Amino acid sequence: MSDEALLSPAANTSLRGSGAPRAADRPRSPRPVRRSRTLLSGSVLGLVPFTAYIILFLALPTVIALVTGFLDGDGAFTLDNLVALGDPVVLSTFGNSLWLSALTAAVGAVVGALFCYALIGTKPTGVLRSVVDAASGVLAQFGGVMLAFAFVATIGIQGMVTVFLRDSLGYDIFANGVWLYDTPGLILPYIYFQVPLMIITFLPALEGLKPQWAEANAMLGGSGLGYWRHVGVPVLLPSFVGCLLLLFANAFSSFATAAALTSQGSQIVPLQIRGALTSETVLGRENLAGSLALGMIVVMVIVMAIYSVLMRRAARWQR
Amino acid sequence: MSAPVRMRGVHPGPGPVARWVIVGVIGLLFLVPIAAMVEFTLRRGLDGGYDLSRWAAVFGGGLTGDYKPILTGLTNSLVLAVVTVIVMLVLLVPTMVLVRIRFPSLQRALEFVCLLPITIPAIVLVVGLAPVYSVVARIFGSGVWPLAFAYGVIVLPYAYRAIQANLQAVDVVTLSEAARSLGAGWLTILLRVVVPNIRRGLLAAAFISVAVVLGEYTIAALLNRVNLQTALVVVSKADPFVSIIFALLALAFAFVLLLVIGVVGGRRPAQKASS
Repeated sequence: MSDEALLSPAANTSLRGSGAPRAADRPRSPRPVRRSRTLLSGSVLGLVPFTAYIILFLALPTVIALVTGFLDGDGAFTLDNLVALGDPVVLSTFGNSLWLSALTAAVGAVVGALFCYALIGTKPTGVLRSVVDAASGVLAQFGGVMLAFAFVATIGIQGMVTVFLRDSLGYDIFANGVWLYDTPGLILPYIYFQVPLMIITFLPALEGLKPQWAEANAMLGGSGLGYWRHVGVPVLLPSFVGCLLLLFANAFSSFATAAALTSQGSQIVPLQIRGALTSETVLGRENLAGSLALGMIVVMVIVMAIYSVLMRRAARWQR
Repeated sequence: MSAPVRMRGVHPGPGPVARWVIVGVIGLLFLVPIAAMVEFTLRRGLDGGYDLSRWAAVFGGGLTGDYKPILTGLTNSLVLAVVTVIVMLVLLVPTMVLVRIRFPSLQRALEFVCLLPITIPAIVLVVGLAPVYSVVARIFGSGVWPLAFAYGVIVLPYAYRAIQANLQAVDVVTLSEAARSLGAGWLTILLRVVVPNIRRGLLAAAFISVAVVLGEYTIAALLNRVNLQTALVVVSKADPFVSIIFALLALAFAFVLLLVIGVVGGRRPAQKASS
């Protein structure tokens, strides 16, 4: 099952500080408990509120989002909107989203992994780690709109770095036009939340490297480089690629930063969904939001499925 | 057995110099945008120079006039944060405990459902939430608080992980059986036996939910509700300075919340040893 892997330590986004030791995440051996049937059927009722809630606010909206893609303005079944996914405008938007997500995921993964490497050997409860954990959590998950502001203040037309480069070094970063409010402008803000997400998700995997392996390597006369080549990298590779995919999914589904930064245009898919939702018709079609949502879900499901397979592989070494 | 031999060069990590160079360079680069925000709010206007007048204007004049949307948004977000935490505590926690005690076979399914919102982007969810909320508005009115039901879904993965980590560290099954053999009912077991044992996980889940709700933009913006983030975007069009001041404060607040979770969560074995 793919769900198991989502809970693997390396996927433990933002909750690293929440307490229990990693060993506790592992399933315990089942404990046989005898109880009467009537009690059991009574406690089934206890599952009703949560189930109803999930159906109403998670399952139903998801199904509606996907189904409206197959309906025309009058509610009749049509494949028309699906055909619209092949429209050059939509395709180029998906293209933008895909390369933006891939690029920022790659940069974020490499820089984040480097930062994690630098943290090897620091005390998990020390000041440095506490600050890094909290700061990463904030930037990776709660920034959104605020990161857009941060980059307007940094590399906006009157931003601190823009002004510094222009006045002190005579270099105008916007010499070829202002790119901050277009797709290229999203690259830096996205990297700014991708690196912290990589730190949150990859650090547990790096900590899973057992000191005994390094000792065994040294004992057998291996060098530091040899350790990484023959032990570290092979063990960490599934985690690394998994985290890379998670970063990709994160950028692909991100909306707030782009929405706050680009007030017009629909350069990436989430913005196009906004356009379709607010103006009713994009490309002269109704319900395009539904088929765009379907397209996004297809990409997300593929990415997350590969992710969970990789995480299951990675979990082998973390027992 | 002899004591473990200390070998030099065994540790595969970086040396102290390399570590501080990497942490320092990346850390400084990540501080630039934050510093830029601070610098931006201190600018005195077109003639240059710096002062605290914009901060003074926000805190001295109160959030009236042009800044009123932010006050409304902040109030709404705080209400949403409280209701979301209540929704999470009332719906998720008893279910998780019940599944752990009575329906271990449903554990996988519950986990799958709780982590599902990671795969479904908020922007997709909102496409389907729009019709749902047109019904919800008819039942509960068009106030902002029902939005907390949607927020309850997006905090699900975070809350689930926080609580689950704690729940698995406690032998809930034995505890609940002991309580039941002493005549405790289901509610007593939940509130007086299980909850006190997982209060750290609950606290972490609540804090993370608060932080997520305070940072949420997508759903509120597309369902035309006002929360802190949508208000910040609206105000930023007219007065970017005050928006950035509030963005800084919100980031600082979230940072402190997460720092507290980390410190509270990190300090645990001592408690266990004494009991």
